[in-house]
Amino acid sequence: MYINRVNTKILPVEFKYFAPKTVSEAASILNRYGEEVRILAGGTDLLVKVKQRLIEPKYILNVKGIEELRFIEDRSGEIGVGAATKLSELVGSEIIKEKLPVLHEAAEAVGSVQIRNMGTIGGNLCNASPASDLAPPLLVLNTSVKAYSSSGERVIPLEKFFLGPGETVLKPDELLVEIKIPCPPEGTGMSFLKVARTSMDLAKANVAVAIKLDGNTVKLCRIAMGSVAPTPIRLFQTEKILLGSEFTDGKIERAVQTASEEIKPITDIRSTAEYRREVSKVLVRRALKKAYERVKEGEING
Amino acid sequence: MGEIIEFTVNGLKRRIEVEPNELLINVIRGKLGLTGTKYGCGIGECGSCTVLIDGEPALSCLTLAIEVDGREIVTIEGIAENELNHIQEAFLDQGAVQCGFCTPGMIIMAKYLLNKKRNPTEKEIKEHIKGNLCRCTGYINIIKAIKEAAEKMQNSNVKAISKEL
Ligand SMILES: Cc1cc2nc3c(=O)[nH]c(=O)nc-3n(C[C@H](O)[C@H](O)[C@H](O)COP(=O)(O)OP(=O)(O)OC[C@H]3O[C@@H](n4cnc5c(N)ncnc54)[C@H](O)[C@@H]3O)c2cc1C
Ligand code: FES
Ligand code: FES
Repeated sequence: MYINRVNTKILPVEFKYFAPKTVSEAASILNRYGEEVRILAGGTDLLVKVKQRLIEPKYILNVKGIEELRFIEDRSGEIGVGAATKLSELVGSEIIKEKLPVLHEAAEAVGSVQIRNMGTIGGNLCNASPASDLAPPLLVLNTSVKAYSSSGERVIPLEKFFLGPGETVLKPDELLVEIKIPCPPEGTGMSFLKVARTSMDLAKANVAVAIKLDGNTVKLCRIAMGSVAPTPIRLFQTEKILLGSEFTDGKIERAVQTASEEIKPITDIRSTAEYRREVSKVLVRRALKKAYERVKEGEING
Repeated sequence: MGEIIEFTVNGLKRRIEVEPNELLINVIRGKLGLTGTKYGCGIGECGSCTVLIDGEPALSCLTLAIEVDGREIVTIEGIAENELNHIQEAFLDQGAVQCGFCTPGMIIMAKYLLNKKRNPTEKEIKEHIKGNLCRCTGYINIIKAIKEAAEKMQNSNVKAISKEL
């Protein structure tokens, strides 16, 4: 194999390049070359890995030119987003801002203007980083994703999508085509928070919360975190503490404690496991309170 | 086995042979000799390799050259008209250039921002140069320079720059 040790402006791996214009063409290329192909969207995760030779694809399939993978659609009760939609398009979308503000906030928290202009929602999910900023809000929104291959399509709940760092349930011949996001019920308050070394960096920990109240009783409660387990996760135990009970400081503290026990953080270059447990308490507490404030603001405004 | 791509760089049509694994930065600096665009980290962290592709900022260290077939690229060399552009002048006025390594990337981001918005807030300026590291840490003067460029633009009623691109 050709290895370029001198000029890192050329990738150290040789591959054949495909840039199909349609999903069905892409599927047939995936079908033919299976595990030897890598899908390229924005390249902000993939090309960094190829540079380090962590991945050595024989074929690269660029999906950015497939127009049918780039859309944001407001259907009744559901927002559909094409997998190759850029993060900057999510941030700029009035539909997302209005109907899924928590996703808007999270997309805005990713990297820099340049990274958001290159990176896509599909790439963010398929990269399956435990630190993905889009995964926690999409998890609390009960998102599912649609995969397409020559043998057909299937819809997978996002909760079942991630297997471990860098691993998803997608088969080598499957292309992620769409992210299907149900609109939360009227009156739901949501929030997203992230701690990182700098605002450019991946999260040391992040959290998304969605709650809905009846009076002061919690009727809906979904909490998801990133960077605190091998995959982005829902905190079901923590949710149970709050669900069906009064939203009080005492309950919040019990939930916060449960969250710090429910997560499974590790020590890596970004943080220690101990720090992640501590900061998760702060994040969950603040995110719950912020979501609650938004419920109340919603009641006042209308 | 190379492939021929055709694209526009700073208004000039170019036809060039590239390898699939060649990054855009290699074409810009190595093959076109446009060494104004800098190569820092190579992994998307520093922003010094930023160019405009179809008017949108992108990192040339993480873009395959083959992807820009048919597209329009603007590098720092395309920012100056006959004389220095008002953003470049403002950088000089404000002492926003120390070693100068981050400057091309900063100016491209300033140009992109001012194309979209004639009168950006300080927060918006910071947001737009967040992905650009200045290892001389001259951020304050860079922000001042972008503000000054915005003011100059308004005063002299510069025609919407987006049309030039
Ligand atoms: C400097 C820097 C800062 C960053 N900061 C953040 C941050 O703050 N938060 C964050 O969450 N991320 C961050 N990232 C990571 C990255 O930018 C995002 O995850 C981005 O959304 C990835 O999208 P992409 O289109 O560039 O993916 P790519 O790199 O193109 O692809 C990523 C992976 O997904 C696969 N893939 C892509 N599209 C599909 C598809 N349609 N079907 C099947 N597989 C597919 C690819 O094969 C690859 O394995 C950062 C990256 C950099 C370089
Ligand atoms: S060289 Fe491209 S971001 Fe640093
Ligand atoms: S002026 Fe030296 S890096 Fe910014």
